[in-house]
Amino acid sequence: MRTVYVDNNATTQVAPEVFEAMKPFFHDLYGNPSSMHFKGGEVQKASVEARERVADLIGASPDEIVFTSCGTESDNAAIRGTLENYPEKRHIISTRVEHPAVWTLCKHLEKRGYRVTMLSVDREGRLDLDELRAAISDSTALVSIMYANNETGVIFPIEEIGQIVKSRGIPFHTDAVQTVGKIPLGMKGSTVDMLSLSGHKLHAPKGIGALYIRRGTKFSPLLIGGHQEKGRRGGTENIPYIVGLGKACELASRHLEEENNRVRLLRDKLEQSLLDKIPNTSVNGDREHRLHNTVSLSFEYVEGESILLLLSNHGICASSGSACTSGSLEPSHVLRAMGVPFTAAHGSIRFSLSIYNTEEEINYILEKLPPIIERLRDISPFWRDHIKASSKQ
Amino acid sequence: MWEYTEKVKDHFMNPRNVGEVENPDGFGEVGSLACGDALRLSFKLDEDKRIKDVKFKTFGCASAIASSSALTELVKGRTLEEAEKITNRDIAGYLGGLPEEKMHCSVMGREALAAAIANYRGEKREKEEFEIVCNCFGISDKEIERAVRENNLHTVEQVTHYTKAGGGCEGCHPKIRDIIDKIWGEREKKPELVKPAKGERLTNIQRMRLIEETLEREIKPALRQDGGDLELIDIEGSQVIVALRGTCSFCPSADFTLKQYVEAKLKEFVTDDITVEVEE
Repeated sequence: MRTVYVDNNATTQVAPEVFEAMKPFFHDLYGNPSSMHFKGGEVQKASVEARERVADLIGASPDEIVFTSCGTESDNAAIRGTLENYPEKRHIISTRVEHPAVWTLCKHLEKRGYRVTMLSVDREGRLDLDELRAAISDSTALVSIMYANNETGVIFPIEEIGQIVKSRGIPFHTDAVQTVGKIPLGMKGSTVDMLSLSGHKLHAPKGIGALYIRRGTKFSPLLIGGHQEKGRRGGTENIPYIVGLGKACELASRHLEEENNRVRLLRDKLEQSLLDKIPNTSVNGDREHRLHNTVSLSFEYVEGESILLLLSNHGICASSGSACTSGSLEPSHVLRAMGVPFTAAHGSIRFSLSIYNTEEEINYILEKLPPIIERLRDISPFWRDHIKASSKQ
Repeated sequence: MWEYTEKVKDHFMNPRNVGEVENPDGFGEVGSLACGDALRLSFKLDEDKRIKDVKFKTFGCASAIASSSALTELVKGRTLEEAEKITNRDIAGYLGGLPEEKMHCSVMGREALAAAIANYRGEKREKEEFEIVCNCFGISDKEIERAVRENNLHTVEQVTHYTKAGGGCEGCHPKIRDIIDKIWGEREKKPELVKPAKGERLTNIQRMRLIEETLEREIKPALRQDGGDLELIDIEGSQVIVALRGTCSFCPSADFTLKQYVEAKLKEFVTDDITVEVEE
């Protein structure tokens, strides 16, 4: 069976060039960069180079990059590492649509006595910046707002937000796990103090991430141990994966514009054709300010998990914000925060493309999906009710 | 990814008896679009009062569709008395088992069957007979009790897996706990708060103490189990003013919990005229 992988916001395949670059660091180049002998020196050089590549992709200085084990660690380090420096400030501002890495941590801190303001979003998934202005107080220790949403792809106006936050002298963190490698970023002259990124979202392997920390930002390490990462994260460096992330960042900066334009055309074709072919279908999220690779669609009167399993049967890998797939009984907190009606949220499917997708694959999805929706609607008790009701009007 | 048995996959990919029976003898519908799954079941009997034709339409996930399909296969050819004996465990068993988190799909099958049989017999499912416990998913105490008994459930989480109750705002967790405890008789008896006899007048101080004590002993521990909390702000006569904290402060069903749980408890333990309001 063929595989059409359009779930790249969940994870991506490791680029062949990345895998090749990593290989020597498992057998020949296995030294510890802290060692004084030549085996340490060999890998030290590779790690410096990788750090430069990561910094280049986001327009930062290499010394502002701290390697971590994943995006979640980066988020935890940024948030906890900031709070520790402002023990008297007990207020955090975030949003209702954050990834669990931030959302659940905020909920956890709330139980530990922090006041957390979760900013709301409108039907299109957009923030109201006046709500942010009103929420900021003298006790605000940190503002953490995601760059782009993993479920809908909606991009928040991070620099505009940053200006509001910085005008009050408050540290500003952004979870840019879905953004890095997809849109050009320049941390020099940015209002962002800390930015999280994750390797496996941009064709590096799982198990590696990074945190950008602007020079001069107050930060306490999450992992306390050795002197690694200039004392900002203890633990022997994961050299093969650091090299992999460096290579992936290099590839991403090389391809950023041309590949993204191509992927955007594919996404647009997929989205528009599905809207045209399948009645009672809608797009979730602001179509104008959105990642070029993501589309979240809701198919009314059918349930997401059923759609996914039938797609999977044809080798198509996507994901859903439906209750049955979220592991809970309610549909995704992102779609609920946007006020997407339950009827639509239960039948939501997210396609997230990568540079490896082809037009032929998009055509394949366009061939397979409409009959799946039709088939599930035939089984659904509500579809015929809907048809009857609309024919009466 | 869920681990479904081959039988679940088969009944999902090739569901048996999809559709609606024309002029059915019995017809039942449970669930809703908002809840994420719904099952419409219809059947026709033959001269021997056996189920001759049975069809379903289901909105829901793979295991909901498979459970519906399995249900129709299980009841075909049976008398209603036989069909009635089918439990959700039979449906899950027929499919070679369901993931624990998906057991509610088999319960939905059983509920739809009960509804269709009741419809055939002309019985109305009286509203007064049950009380809605889980407001998010519209699950009654009777449904929870039955699932607890038939499946030997002992935790709130299990009840959520089997009935969905408690899977939303989680405000009903204390009530579900109560139902489980009542059935299995595990509740340790707490010393009763003494409610004044009818007509006995409380001094303001006594009333305030009793309200505080009830909040501390009866109400807050239950809310805290789910990360919620409330704070007593003021007492004006019989009006108790509180502020919502923790998960309660953003729970969509907070109003419901406030009236149906907090106020009810205060009425029970203090006086019947107590009302609870949230601080402006």
